[in-house]
Amino acid sequence: MLDLNAVARELADYLKKQNADYIEAHLEESQTSNVSYRGKNLEQVGKSTAAGGNIRAMVQGGWGFVSFNRFDNLQSKVAQAVAQARFVGKEKSQLAEVPVIVDEVAAKIKENPAAVTLAEKKRLLDEYNETMWTTPGIQTSNIRYGDNHKKTVFLNSRGSYITQERADSILYAVAIAARNGEVQQCGISVGSRDDFKPLRRFHGEIKQLAAKAVEMLAAPVIKGGQYTVVLDPVLAGVFVHEAFGHLSESDFVYENPQVRELMQLGKTFGQSILNIIDSATIPNLRGSFKYDDEGTPAVNNYLIREGKLVGRLHSRETAAKMGEKPSGNARAISYRFPPIVRMTNTYIEPRDCKFEDMIADIKEGVYCKNWYGGTTSMEMFTFSSGETYLIRNGKVAGMARPVMLSGNVFTTLMSIDAIGNDLEMNQGGGCGKGGQSPLPVSNGSPHIRIQNCLVGGK
Amino acid sequence: MIEEILARTQKAAREAEVFTTTMQETPAQFEANRLKGIQSKQSTSVALRIINKKGQLGYATSSNLEDITGLVENAVATAEFGAKAEFDFSPRQRFPRVEIYDPAVANVKLAEMTGVAEKIIAAVTRHSPNVLCEGSVNKIVAEVNIVNTRGGRAHYKKSVFGIGIEGQRIQGTDMLFVGDSASSCHPILDPKEIIKNIIEQLELAKNTAVLRGKPMPVIFTPEGVASALVAPLMAAFNGKTVLEGASPIGKRIGEMVFDKQLTVYDDPTIAFRPGSQPCDDEGVLCRRQTMIAAGVVNGFLYDLQTAAKAQTKSTGNGNRGGGSMPTPSWHAFVLAPGKSSQPQMLKGIKEGLLVEQLMGAGQGNVLGGDFSGNVLLGYKIENGQITGRVKDTMVSGNIYTLLKNIAAVGSDTKWVGGSLATPSLCFNDVSVSTR
Repeated sequence: MLDLNAVARELADYLKKQNADYIEAHLEESQTSNVSYRGKNLEQVGKSTAAGGNIRAMVQGGWGFVSFNRFDNLQSKVAQAVAQARFVGKEKSQLAEVPVIVDEVAAKIKENPAAVTLAEKKRLLDEYNETMWTTPGIQTSNIRYGDNHKKTVFLNSRGSYITQERADSILYAVAIAARNGEVQQCGISVGSRDDFKPLRRFHGEIKQLAAKAVEMLAAPVIKGGQYTVVLDPVLAGVFVHEAFGHLSESDFVYENPQVRELMQLGKTFGQSILNIIDSATIPNLRGSFKYDDEGTPAVNNYLIREGKLVGRLHSRETAAKMGEKPSGNARAISYRFPPIVRMTNTYIEPRDCKFEDMIADIKEGVYCKNWYGGTTSMEMFTFSSGETYLIRNGKVAGMARPVMLSGNVFTTLMSIDAIGNDLEMNQGGGCGKGGQSPLPVSNGSPHIRIQNCLVGGK
Repeated sequence: MIEEILARTQKAAREAEVFTTTMQETPAQFEANRLKGIQSKQSTSVALRIINKKGQLGYATSSNLEDITGLVENAVATAEFGAKAEFDFSPRQRFPRVEIYDPAVANVKLAEMTGVAEKIIAAVTRHSPNVLCEGSVNKIVAEVNIVNTRGGRAHYKKSVFGIGIEGQRIQGTDMLFVGDSASSCHPILDPKEIIKNIIEQLELAKNTAVLRGKPMPVIFTPEGVASALVAPLMAAFNGKTVLEGASPIGKRIGEMVFDKQLTVYDDPTIAFRPGSQPCDDEGVLCRRQTMIAAGVVNGFLYDLQTAAKAQTKSTGNGNRGGGSMPTPSWHAFVLAPGKSSQPQMLKGIKEGLLVEQLMGAGQGNVLGGDFSGNVLLGYKIENGQITGRVKDTMVSGNIYTLLKNIAAVGSDTKWVGGSLATPSLCFNDVSVSTR
């Protein structure tokens, strides 16, 4: 059996002796299992194990990176990473100072999904699949469960040595309805950190999916254009992640003078009701951890406070180059990738507007719930609703087909004019960036109202 | 080693199949117009699929080729709950030669790789000093082995060389993104074409234009077609979607569902293309398959299990993505070119839109064929001329409605990413919304 700590001990002293400005190593082992259904039939049951590591070196501002899943010749891998960094480096290495940390973070796993038997996981999915098929009218369905139990060791040339552990599980279910060559679908995507138990209680939600998918077939397509839009907590969470979260990632900012000016701290981005936070310190969320993948302690980070930009997401390098404090946002999806600046748990802080008051004065608007996906180009973003309803004269009227919402981040954040009191965090998301996907994150919000939002349609 | 795994499954399994890959990847990354880092990634993986004595499928993967005991235990454990295997593993067969390996790729020196990107960046910033470029140059060498207990075996090596460069120009809150990419199984050391394409985009985007939302003629460039229209077709021709009755064209084989100008095939045999391979990931021979023949639905893509359930034969499209069991997917999506040049398409459009990149289109009801996205890069067409870049513009529609009535198919086929080739497409009547 592979002993990560033995490998780490062998490397620890060696890293300190190299002719490089900085070196770090990541070692990792993981077990996963998955069960999936397509239609009424079981599709796949699988298990996997993986182990690997990487060496990352910095010389004169250049990075070298060597990843592997064979643990032999580690010293030559270190040498290769240093040589690559030296090939690249032509300036001064800059990394924000963080304390040397030696810590073994005890996992706070309540019910470890890796310890739940395959038989029990399959039984749960059997139940979900039966629930799904009790509703008449669906054509087919798709239910997937997966978990990942991961242990990591981080060490660097300054003497840090950190071990961490986490267990993620996700559940995805979609009902598909079809009639006369038209197909509509309705789904949920949920997840849990360090506890299998929350995934046992989605019978109610899954039961509704099928009915909603069937209802969508008969729903009208909205006319495209600008609307007053109300987002539920799930979709508003996707919105804050896409529309603002990515923009606050400093690797987009730090080397571009125009973006640095655009993203100056203190600048107004929203109305005074708007607070946006990114925090890996909240217990038991999928974006949570004690130290990021550069060994920087996680912090509770206000990005926007009372409408003004007050913080951003940093790696050690972006923090040093911008003269700001590191925020513990350097993350990698696995040992096969170097850490890059990423979000953790990102959310809009709740205020006091009740849902009824939020829609009371909307003559013609759109209420969007749930999500399919979202993406951003930094200035422009798009995200799509899973369910859409019309709002007429202050009331939620009938269902419409799901829509794509799009906008310019700078005008759209300013157009948030009501924020609810019902914060919910969505655990079902995975974030993609720079070829690294899906990274476990969570995002959330209360209900919010956006004026003049562009909606795609007929 | 593979033989030993097969031998170790004998007690618990009726049949077994081992799939291994080894990969060496060397990406060089660029940020803010300069080289930022070089990576070297070595990876191995082994996947074991078994059919146990009760005929159920078990599946396990590992990154550790030495841990045979753990791998076999996991496969046996999952088989107890696994789906019924409706197929037999692929028997021994001869594969025609498909050229996908050029030893020159592995031998490209770091300085040559970074030099190509540096040339592009130098040319782009000479043209537009306020553009910042990022991107990567990558070389990959991969080796695949498949062996099963029915005598089937396959082995091939593949080389891939890829370049992708994106330039951003930011002025106030206005952000412009341009870029191009290329890939091949040969080294790409001449970046002329990429430079030309990026500079052309920068030229076209110099002016901005205002478009009023309404239905109008829209031309999708090859990148535009790839980003807006292809995902629903890929899903609809997947044999699994068809089997479940969730494909809108699943029961329409032989019917004229699309415009007669539309021909689409899956082609894994094109020499030196990254999507090509002699056999799929379960050792079934790959060949060119026509999906849409002059507007008529002609066939669907199958792996072994799905084909058996649908009472047909595997088309050699059983691919493993992300370490999962084989499932039907495309090797290389090719939309056949037509005869119209871009100037011919532009001519006659009084007011319209040219879409180079549509963002977010794959996030809607893909199965139903709906698409909707924000125009990340696109230009207004006025009286047959491109007059400027548009912003705050969304394009929506349904691909089954659009592809029934194509105004023109371009002659300008381009590979977008490693495994998708398409020309431009022009439509007369597409929904466009603006702020």
